[in-house]
Amino acid sequence: MSEAIHIDRQLDAKGMLCPMPVISVKRAIKDLQRGQVLAVSATDKGACRDIPAWAEQTGHTLLSQAEENGVYTFYIEKAGWEDEE
Amino acid sequence: MTTQAKPEQSDIPGNIEQLIEQRVQSLVAERLDALVKERVAQAMKRDPAKRKVAIIASKGTLDMAYVPLILATTAAAMDADARIFFTFYGLNILKKGGPEKLQIAPIANPAMPVPVPNILGMLPGMTPMATWMMKGMFAKHNVVSVPELLHQAIELGVKLIACQMTLEVMGIRREDLIDGIEFGGAAMFLNFATGAHTTLFI
Repeated sequence: MSEAIHIDRQLDAKGMLCPMPVISVKRAIKDLQRGQVLAVSATDKGACRDIPAWAEQTGHTLLSQAEENGVYTFYIEKAGWEDEE
Repeated sequence: MTTQAKPEQSDIPGNIEQLIEQRVQSLVAERLDALVKERVAQAMKRDPAKRKVAIIASKGTLDMAYVPLILATTAAAMDADARIFFTFYGLNILKKGGPEKLQIAPIANPAMPVPVPNILGMLPGMTPMATWMMKGMFAKHNVVSVPELLHQAIELGVKLIACQMTLEVMGIRREDLIDGIEFGGAAMFLNFATGAHTTLFI
């Protein structure tokens, strides 16, 4: 967590309430290449469970999650399969 | 004798080659094994059956319009094939201009956030007031509106299916509903639901 993770895209989901954070993450990750990292910040308290659940379902890797002053930050690495887009 | 004395020497090049080959084989086998395990685990996570979500939306009040739409859009955001089958009062959600007109009645609704005695709840104007209050509550917390949620659902590829039978019984024409929906019956829905891990009735 202390090593700097290179962020390829930042998503500000602060102020969004379920289901918008997860929908926004899904949209944002589409534009990334395999191996790139998306940083998401959210204030929705449900997000701290929703986003890891999203990652588990979609197969992308949740690198880390942290909370500071009511803002949750997630780092997600896009996984990829050659047989897909 | 010289030929006898030199067997190790003439074997060494052959040995090295063999050693290299053996080493490469074992490395490849190891790496392949790990790779295959990794891929299989990933594939299992993406099990096709898990990715079908079947939802029936049978209610036409403001509160009950949110539930199927939120679940379906979230499922679609999680790469599932989500389909909502709208039947009975759920068709109100699919009518042109319908989502904006959805209401919630305080009467006989003891679960309302602001409890209203039934004798008051039945007065004219109470239902629109309760609806307005609830919409205000949602807006204050930045909850997306039903029309917007419906739009998101369509954009994310959620399939919306209108119950053909309900349409006929309630005298609703196809033109009264928004574009981009399919029409079907119980068998069509059940066909999809049988292959889905998640089936919800709302």
